[in-house]
Amino acid sequence: MSVTSPVSTTAVRATGIWKVFNEGQANEVTALQDINLTVEAGEFISLIGPSGCGKSTLLRVIADLTHPTKGSAEVAGMSAADARQQQRYGMAFQQAALFDWRTVRRNVELPLELQGWSKSARAARAMELLEMVQLADFAGHRPWELSGGMQQRVAIARSLAVDPPLLLMDEPFGALDEMTRERMQNELLRIRQETGKSVIFVTHSIPEAVYLSDRVVVMSPRPGRITDIIDVNLGSRDEDTREAEAFFAGVTAVREALRGRTGGSAARARVGEV
Amino acid sequence: MSQSVTVTKAGMDAAPGRTARSGSAGRRFKRGAASAGWALLGILLSVIMWELVKAVGSVVPFPFNTSDTTMPNVWTMVTGAFQPEMRGSSTTVLQAVIMAAGYSLMIAMGGFVVGVSVGLMLAITMQRFAFMERGLLPFVIASQTVPLIALAPLIVGIGNRFSVGPFEWSTTYSVMFIAAYLAFFPLSVGALRGLHAPTATSLELMRSYAAKPRQLLFKLRFPSSIPYLVPALKVSAASAVVGTVIAEISTGVRGGIGRLIIEYAREITGQPAKVYVAVFGAIILGLVAAALVTAFDLYLTRNLPKEGPA
Repeated sequence: MSVTSPVSTTAVRATGIWKVFNEGQANEVTALQDINLTVEAGEFISLIGPSGCGKSTLLRVIADLTHPTKGSAEVAGMSAADARQQQRYGMAFQQAALFDWRTVRRNVELPLELQGWSKSARAARAMELLEMVQLADFAGHRPWELSGGMQQRVAIARSLAVDPPLLLMDEPFGALDEMTRERMQNELLRIRQETGKSVIFVTHSIPEAVYLSDRVVVMSPRPGRITDIIDVNLGSRDEDTREAEAFFAGVTAVREALRGRTGGSAARARVGEV
Repeated sequence: MSQSVTVTKAGMDAAPGRTARSGSAGRRFKRGAASAGWALLGILLSVIMWELVKAVGSVVPFPFNTSDTTMPNVWTMVTGAFQPEMRGSSTTVLQAVIMAAGYSLMIAMGGFVVGVSVGLMLAITMQRFAFMERGLLPFVIASQTVPLIALAPLIVGIGNRFSVGPFEWSTTYSVMFIAAYLAFFPLSVGALRGLHAPTATSLELMRSYAAKPRQLLFKLRFPSSIPYLVPALKVSAASAVVGTVIAEISTGVRGGIGRLIIEYAREITGQPAKVYVAVFGAIILGLVAAALVTAFDLYLTRNLPKEGPA
């Protein structure tokens, strides 16, 4: 890394990452094989692939929740471990993982509380974020009183609490119904627009990946590796985007890449020709 | 016994001012009244059974003794409770039983607090260090297989030599120690399970926040362990009471309900009702201990959804 530019334009840089589970044993699994990936600041990247392709593992390596067997991940120009210690990313999971014993507001406050923010400062920040996800009216509610989609919005607000430059999202809408899911996708794009965050988004929904992303990283299992990276250029999204020609072209391109067809490149050429 | 527990619970549920999310106040009251009704019905059925056995036993020979000296009528027990404890004494049997039960409750509570503190510390240590769990848990379990009857005189014997500065060991402390010895076990096992309860996602979330071990314990593990902790506390409270009663008997400490039961049992031929009143005193003592924990439970879980651990 260049020492002269403290502000890095690279959000995430994964270099030669291998992750092998049960190394040297009969049940050895290569979850990640030589992953190289660079995410630019402000970019929205989806990781897509069938179960077991290592997309969640890759996300967890970037988050420093697990250590790579080989290779390294850099977040915001520092090691993944330092980035975690310095809270340079926020994370959201498929389960909202809200704490039942805390109110909605106090759930959003949690990361701030752990950082030692003062009571009034973190309450103000939490309310600001709840406004952003349009749940300010529910600040005093308990998480279990909220619908699945609302819980996930609280989780997103929480992941933004410390204002990290990067969001890591592990199938955050995977447990939601289709209608709620589409609404949440729009919501996420709006939030991303407002905050300028970089996002790495794990999903196994092709339309979701295409709708949200600037680039879709296609992975395949056994061993988990990146087989293709598809640029999506849909411009600003709205409800019509979901029925646009370019959107379908993107979906086709990703689908064919997932199947490992060479025709993917032909379809790819049409993506973005709006 | 089980129906009496329901009485306590029903009483709690019906208590006014409790903010429950499930159902209106009216419906809660109805539910409380219903379970109180069932509990009363249970007690009534027990009384009928008791009297039925006695009635049948007086006609048909039973393989056990149903005479008035061993199985007094229920009304004999009730009136016996209000008779003077001894000829010419001003206190009734009931008063003596209540006094003794109160004394035992104090000892049991002391043992409970000590036992719970030790159990909690053990659970935290075992959760924090896997090798501690492997090393300590067998001893924790083995501790409960030691017969109390063997343990009590040992503790009294060792304790009698024990004094630190102005502090002198008394046999009462031995009783408390035994109560604590019984009480720590359910708590440590329950708390250990509770501390292990957080989901993998919650733990990863805390890790992503770079939470320190102490923050992890207080912000996640403790709150998630509450649904496990509360039943453990109830069992510990009951264990402390049982431990107190047994220890009072085997150490011969005076003033408590355990000793009273022994004394009254000797008078069974003269005043058979007395020992039964004392036994019921011990049962109610256990229920009071359980009720105290239930009240604490309602306070702890006031913000949690009504289901137990998933």
